[in-house]
Amino acid sequence: MANSANGNYAIKAENLSIYYGNFRAVREVDLGIEPKKITAIIGPSGCGKSTVLRAFNRMNELIPSVRTEGQVIFGGRNIYERDVDPVEVRRRIGMVFQKPNPFPKSIFENVAWGARVNGFKGNMDELVQSTLKNAALWDEVHDKLDQSGTSLSGGQQQRLCIARAIAVKPDIILMDEPCSALDPIATLRIEELMRDLAKEYTIIIVTHNMQQAARVSDLTAFFTLSEDGKRAGMLMEYGESKQIFTRPEKKITEDYITGRFG
Amino acid sequence: MNLLRPRRGFTETQEQLATRHSRGKLVLTVFQFATLMGVIVLVVLLLTIINNSFGYSAVENKVDPENLTVNGVPLEGQTKEQLVAALQQNVSAGLFARFEHDQPIAERDAANIYDLIQEYVISPEVVESWNFYDSLTRKDEILVLMQERYPNAELQFLSWVNWDFVRSQQSSHPEIAGVRTAILGSVWTISIAIFFSLPVGVAAAVYLQEYAADNFINRIIQTNINNLAGVPSIIYGILGLAIFVRAFAAFTSGIAFGAADPSTANGRTIISAGLTLGVLVLPLIIINAQEAIKAVPNSLREASFGIGATRWETVWSHVLPNAVAGILTGSILAVSRAIGETAPLVVIGASTFIQVDPEGPFSKFTTLPAQIYQWTVRPQGAFHNIAAAASLVLLILLLALNATAIVLRNRYSRRL
Amino acid sequence: MSQFLRLTVRKSTPNESMMAGPPNLREQNQAQKVPDLRRRPRLRDLTIQGFLFLCGFLSIFITFGIVYELGKESLLFFGNRQWSSTNKPLAADISAEQTVFEVGSSGTPLQGDANYRIEREIIHIDSINGTTLTVQRGFGGSPATAHRAGLTLEAELRPDLVEFFTGSEWAPHNGKFGILPLLNATLIVSGVAIVVAVPLGLATAVYLSEYASLRARNVLKPILEVLAGIPTVVYGFFALTFMTPLLRSIFGTDVVNIYNMASAGIVIGILILPFVSTVSEDALNAVPRSLREAAFGLGATRLETALRVVLPAAFSGIAAAIILAASRAIGETMVVAIASGAGPNFTFNPFEAAETMTGHIVRISGGDMSYNSVDYNSIFAVGLMLFVMTLILNVISQRIVRRFREVYE
Repeated sequence: MANSANGNYAIKAENLSIYYGNFRAVREVDLGIEPKKITAIIGPSGCGKSTVLRAFNRMNELIPSVRTEGQVIFGGRNIYERDVDPVEVRRRIGMVFQKPNPFPKSIFENVAWGARVNGFKGNMDELVQSTLKNAALWDEVHDKLDQSGTSLSGGQQQRLCIARAIAVKPDIILMDEPCSALDPIATLRIEELMRDLAKEYTIIIVTHNMQQAARVSDLTAFFTLSEDGKRAGMLMEYGESKQIFTRPEKKITEDYITGRFG
Repeated sequence: MNLLRPRRGFTETQEQLATRHSRGKLVLTVFQFATLMGVIVLVVLLLTIINNSFGYSAVENKVDPENLTVNGVPLEGQTKEQLVAALQQNVSAGLFARFEHDQPIAERDAANIYDLIQEYVISPEVVESWNFYDSLTRKDEILVLMQERYPNAELQFLSWVNWDFVRSQQSSHPEIAGVRTAILGSVWTISIAIFFSLPVGVAAAVYLQEYAADNFINRIIQTNINNLAGVPSIIYGILGLAIFVRAFAAFTSGIAFGAADPSTANGRTIISAGLTLGVLVLPLIIINAQEAIKAVPNSLREASFGIGATRWETVWSHVLPNAVAGILTGSILAVSRAIGETAPLVVIGASTFIQVDPEGPFSKFTTLPAQIYQWTVRPQGAFHNIAAAASLVLLILLLALNATAIVLRNRYSRRL
Repeated sequence: MSQFLRLTVRKSTPNESMMAGPPNLREQNQAQKVPDLRRRPRLRDLTIQGFLFLCGFLSIFITFGIVYELGKESLLFFGNRQWSSTNKPLAADISAEQTVFEVGSSGTPLQGDANYRIEREIIHIDSINGTTLTVQRGFGGSPATAHRAGLTLEAELRPDLVEFFTGSEWAPHNGKFGILPLLNATLIVSGVAIVVAVPLGLATAVYLSEYASLRARNVLKPILEVLAGIPTVVYGFFALTFMTPLLRSIFGTDVVNIYNMASAGIVIGILILPFVSTVSEDALNAVPRSLREAAFGLGATRLETALRVVLPAAFSGIAAAIILAASRAIGETMVVAIASGAGPNFTFNPFEAAETMTGHIVRISGGDMSYNSVDYNSIFAVGLMLFVMTLILNVISQRIVRRFREVYE
């Protein structure tokens, strides 16, 4: 089991296994995420990175055949307990998806809707403005707030999705390969944004781009497929990014990082 | 070097290849002809209807309208008092009293009195009619025929479908009968049908697509809906007869609300017809709405859940608004289907003879297709003409509806 | 680091969040205290979900209603004793014990060894001699009373299931309840319809899917849609005013009746043709391009590919389409009501008039009808049979589609 420096976690997976029907896709993950840091999850395709990420905000439940065992501790309790409200979990743990998916509503509405639905009663204009500023989008859209969110470029759309996520004031932001559908320049802007956001929020990012993980993250978790033929994803190594990318402890990690497989 | 290797064992000659090709061409012609049949049939059908909607008719009047002129002013220009006088002179006292009883003369307007004179005094009767084709090609022959058989008749070229036809009310005389009553009946019944089945249908579709887990009950519900969509419409008519007309007679006749039509206090009313049609189109609306909801991309739902919205908030704010276009087109299609339904309404008891416009949900009713049916099965020739004319009206109505659906679909899908 | 401090500070006051009630929860949580993740009783969502479920469940009620109503009345039809007046009067007053008496000569002839009813009393005729009857009084537990002259006897009508399915005469007033004439007419009309629709529809589908250019398709498909949208009553009018005269002029007016099954059948075939064509075309289009390309690559002509590769591959979808079309033809009402004939007639000659099951239902319910007469109840028995037939066909077609869909998914 991989461990990190200190013992206080923003969110922690304990003995987490995830099944699709009878197939175990993710095996016994113990992973503690440190608050207000950027943690990257890397690994070859098919090793369950997105599945683990989505387990953190109970998004896997939207797929009928998924079963989750183990615990995810957040705010002092296991979020998979019976009397925990998944809706509230998802408000506090936000998500940005691989392909930007703004609502087909106005830019203003995209940001405002989530806040409104979660009971925000204050000044919406202020909230939208500050959120868009925090998402490094305000300068580009401040004069066209009533245009549709889908009329923006790919990179702008993704920043809008980030704005939408932070408008409801989450504690943690999950990002599932947020830049894989964007060009390199848009990618760099998002990476800058991530570093700003990390001052306020805990960020967990799944990425298959190792250079990105090395550039952006404080901690890195390396997943791979188990070697017993069962092809279940498991956590192989977890530590400070500086260390993982220069002197990884396990050979298999080093093989992946140097491009020998995956 | 010979690049074409001889194919051992293959003995096909040039001729055989040619045969294969020509056989292919022959069959292709057969297929094209078969496809053309569909077009031909449509054209023939439309022509048949048009053929019967126009033509010469030998018309005999009981009383010549020229005899009813007052001081050289024809009927059309007379005042209401003059018309009433003419009416009173030419009908029996008993009949006049009946008019008074149905609706007091003082309350009727001049046009109404004129209609009465047309129907009961002048009483034009089409003794024979010819269709459009015959009218064009055999005009002289027809003239001779008419002189022989109907010396008192006048030959008129009638377009059976005209604005009067649409505006007039039902009548037992095909010459002056119109489809207004039937159209109003159709509008009333369809409105009631949609009013009940659209919300329920969309709600069921939302449940099945957004909430229902994949368990036994929900699969049964889905299969059941698919089966209901294939049940012959007359079965719905029987169901409506047994339940709405008979079992719920107190409600559907209006007796329970004290609003019953005094001439027929029974369940064969507009609301029974409307509810039956509603049940009939319900499976269609559900299936269609399901398709529209399925078409909303899943990423939208994920985005909404991701920021902590509940399922209903997601459905209401994101799924439904984006499915509205599909649902709308689907309901227009359901309406087109319902407008053309005849069998269940005949079973429920579409009235063969009503002359007053429907006044409310508890009135007797007839609808446009039911009217066409009733006119088609009458032996007198002129009824065929007005049946054709009514069919034309119905087809135009359907065309307008479907065109609207297509326009709406194009406009909405571009916006998304 | 400050976040870490705030975490430890919050942990020492655990009770605060427990005491906070729902209204201020969101504001409190916005202030970054320990998150309260308890399940909320989202009442609005629950009620809405319940309402939606009810709407979905309504469809079950509808099916239940259909089956229940049809079943109940059919049971009445087969179960209850039903009586129909013979118009045969008693010749004179009779006492409560009299077992031999006279009846008038008018009215329907009476039959021996059968039950009849006078007012409330059921009598069983043992023998008939001219106009003299020898009877058993008070039959079946009914009260034997005196009756006045002139009262008419009522014949007992007892439809039973065996007779229903095997009897070849349908005349409820005379106690004949064989459904075969109606069933036969339905099958003949549907048969003619299928014979017309399937070849034409399939040929059209193959042409549209394998041969037609985009332009041709854009013209032909809307035309088919229009055909499909024409109300059946208009088709009925067409059958009576065009198809029947056409048949009569081709085959002669003494061969073809004014009302005949062939005319109705052909027009129903035209009616379902767009359906067969569209569904078959969907099935053909679902066959992956790679299959066609493989055949072309081997040097097959377009015809050979279409008929020997694509068509067999789409067979299940096409079979399902044909079965569904048959189901629709069986359930079709208005065309037969107008053009096929208004009286049951057991014949195999399609040029004769005969009433189908659906036509029968329409005729009976369109006329004056009292709620407990034999005719009214017979609608339900016939309707039940119709429902079961179409249901079986629909289920078979669904099974076929499901079993073979896995091949491509």
